[in-house]
Amino acid sequence: MSSDNTATTAHPAEAGHHGKDVRSDMHVSIEPRDSGGLEITLESRVGTYYGGSIVSQTRQVLESLGVKHARISIHDEGALPFVISARIEAAAKRAGLGGDQKSLPEKVALSEPTTRDRLRRSRLYLPGSEPKYFINAALHGPDAIILDLEDSVHHAEKDAARILVRNTLRAVDFGGCERMVRINQSPMGLQDLAEVIPEAPDLILIPKVERPEQVSQVDRMIDELKSRDRIERPIWLMPILESALGIENAFAIATVTPNIAALTIGLEDYTADLGVAKTLDGRESEYARTRLVNAAKAAGIQAIDSVFGDVGDLAGLRRWGEMSRALGFEGMGCIHPSQIPVIHEAFAPSQAEIEKALKIVAAFEEAQERGLAVVSLGSKMIDPPVVERARKLVARAKAMGKAQ
Amino acid sequence: MTERIELAQNAAGRSVPTMVNGRPQIPFLGVGQYQPRGRKTAPPICSSKDYPENGDKRVANLETALRNCGLRNGMVISNHHHLRDGDRVALMALEAAAKIGVKDLMWFPSASFPSQKAAIDLMQSGVIHHIEGSMNGPLGDYCTQGKMRGMGVLRSHGGRWQAIQDGEVHIDVAVIAAPTADAFGNADGSHGKSACGSLGFALADSMYADRVIVVTDNLVPFPCIPWQIQGNNVDYVVEVDSIGDPAKIVSGTTQITRSPDRLRVAEFVARFLREAGIMRNGFSFQAGAGGIALAFVDYLRRMMKEDGVKARFVRGGSTKYLVELLQEGLTDYILDGQTFDLDGVKSIGSDPRHVATSPFTSYNYHGKGNFASMVDAVVLGATEVDVNFNANVVTHSDGRLLHGIGGWQNCLAAGCTILALPSFRDRIPVIIDEVTTLTGPGELIDVVVTERGIAINPRRQDLLDAVKGSSLPIRPIQDIKAEVERICGGKPARPKLGDRPVAVVKWVDGTLLDTIWQLS
Repeated sequence: MSSDNTATTAHPAEAGHHGKDVRSDMHVSIEPRDSGGLEITLESRVGTYYGGSIVSQTRQVLESLGVKHARISIHDEGALPFVISARIEAAAKRAGLGGDQKSLPEKVALSEPTTRDRLRRSRLYLPGSEPKYFINAALHGPDAIILDLEDSVHHAEKDAARILVRNTLRAVDFGGCERMVRINQSPMGLQDLAEVIPEAPDLILIPKVERPEQVSQVDRMIDELKSRDRIERPIWLMPILESALGIENAFAIATVTPNIAALTIGLEDYTADLGVAKTLDGRESEYARTRLVNAAKAAGIQAIDSVFGDVGDLAGLRRWGEMSRALGFEGMGCIHPSQIPVIHEAFAPSQAEIEKALKIVAAFEEAQERGLAVVSLGSKMIDPPVVERARKLVARAKAMGKAQ
Repeated sequence: MTERIELAQNAAGRSVPTMVNGRPQIPFLGVGQYQPRGRKTAPPICSSKDYPENGDKRVANLETALRNCGLRNGMVISNHHHLRDGDRVALMALEAAAKIGVKDLMWFPSASFPSQKAAIDLMQSGVIHHIEGSMNGPLGDYCTQGKMRGMGVLRSHGGRWQAIQDGEVHIDVAVIAAPTADAFGNADGSHGKSACGSLGFALADSMYADRVIVVTDNLVPFPCIPWQIQGNNVDYVVEVDSIGDPAKIVSGTTQITRSPDRLRVAEFVARFLREAGIMRNGFSFQAGAGGIALAFVDYLRRMMKEDGVKARFVRGGSTKYLVELLQEGLTDYILDGQTFDLDGVKSIGSDPRHVATSPFTSYNYHGKGNFASMVDAVVLGATEVDVNFNANVVTHSDGRLLHGIGGWQNCLAAGCTILALPSFRDRIPVIIDEVTTLTGPGELIDVVVTERGIAINPRRQDLLDAVKGSSLPIRPIQDIKAEVERICGGKPARPKLGDRPVAVVKWVDGTLLDTIWQLS
């Protein structure tokens, strides 16, 4: 319901950021009042070109929130329209205005729903309160982007980030990338869901999962919101195991709902939980990672590795990725676009592997055609699991554009 | 303020003044259309009898040198920007002129820098009447606010040489900052504590000015080797403690951009050259020292190695990245117009394959040819480009002066001219309907590379054919523009420009390409 601007609850508030080094964002201060209409002052880096448009958008957003009387002061650093709406809405909400009303930006067409077993080699983390990274993220070609509401967002910014991420899901075209959101731990995570699920993200990352109940709670809430809003496309789950207990419960977690598409691991928190240092060769987490891979495979879902934190060390990333693929992982997280091509290379099967797999698949198809029960390649008999592995590898290679 | 300024429309459809600072002007007639006849200008005859036989032309200080040169009210005094933002000599010269008590000078720098903002005080006190040369920062604002008495004239590096040769600008006194010099006036930029690389920007002044003063902080016994400036053209030599701030003359290290979007632009440019077949054995290219250009060189270097391709020459602004190409045998020569970092300075001072050039060899329209048109590809920046590929490099989209033209206009003569740009900056789209200030005609701009795609000028069917079937995102320029306007929330409003000209943009041949208007 729209608020009635009563001075008893409304108070001055602000949201967003400005300053010399801030880009594509704005800072909004709002001072509710009882009469006098909306009084907007604007200072903008792009005032000559978009000053009029910013003021009229501000008015529109506030009107849609039912705010009739307030002084608003804006310092704009070139924020795009979906960011402007989010910042104004966040300031208004913090001021105790707007009630449950939302001011939703224009919606771009949603891409195709994603499948449970799609390619998830790379997922690019985007801090949920840093709008400058959103608009071009998909250009760098990750398999997924993650709008992060958890660790990269300061505690005091959670409410504003939630609104910004919601608007981003609506208004930013992420092309062929899977649109993921990392929510906070419950109970805050449930508030995150209420804000973002209506915008049909493709996948929700659930942090610090230790017990299956944490996942089923999220799963139930998503189901409720989906049926309320008549969302039919799938919204997958990817629990992040970040503690010794989480690893111990990996299989139970992986099987708690069929909506889980993958398990992943958070190595910073995991090594902290163990009280050991995180090293470049990762010996300290080998057990956890192989255990997670095993649980995921047993559950018939993907195993996805953690992030590699040193953005400058692309050779180290490559080694880590290759090792990770050898252990059975199918992808990892990225914190900078420059990591994407390296990860894609590391998780790609080699040309020799592809060729061998193609031969096996061809032999299998030939045997099928000729009605033979036994597949052979040259003088060697090929067992069914080898055929299955070869088919999976060929399918992946095709999806990566590495095979015809 | 009260003078009436007549305007004419040039061949590009732009309104330009018919008179600038008392000189009649020719509006731009089209690329290659203006060919003046007659003879080039020449310096006055001098006799070696008037110069000391022992070759020692030193005088005590700049004030004495300027007095001896006969500096008077209304004369033209020139400086150069090879020391970039670290230069101290230009202000020293202008302040010495102020001490002598002369007024109404025309200051003719090859470019001005923010550290020279004290020139504003000298304009207010009447020592300087106006500036003909690039202006940005505070000097640019002073000009666009209409506070300068004369009109600003922006010329390319080649255009400055042409204006001197045509006699359009007669330099009375040239003051040349020299990182190394001897008492005879031979001067070199590649050695000394203030080393900057090439002194090419000062070469025309040394040959055509009535009087030439060399100012150095590293006097060596005759002969100063190499002599980029010949002492035979020099009247006086002044020794000072410091000609500039070394930290601002060259950067210690030039940095490749870290922005993933800009890296993507750089990679697209390199891939374009490779896939269009321009990157082949014996080819040549030029790229500046901006973040995108540096990253481009780094990507191209990897591709050249992969393909086993070597360039015959590359053109600087040299940086560590070009020097690496030379050292790795990926180019036979660097032909260097200016030197941006310490690696560049060290290389030009020690490697005979790293050669200093001047605007005469590189850019001059009235030479018997120049290098610019022999370069296979050039990678440039711009503030704005329009749907007809016309580009602006001198003003912000709101009409404030941003940059000089530098060699930018001259480089458009290359075989393939590429603008490498982000598709929008701070919500401001870079591709627009019509540029605020025309600096380069679209018929000379072949490719616009942005992070969202590559637009090829439809006039270059050969390039379109060359990359047909490539995986590069080749798109019509209108298409990229429409996408960016969707992202930015519509077309930007056009800035309101005033109706009083405060500066003009010259084309390489000396005709008037466009006008900078006073800001309201």
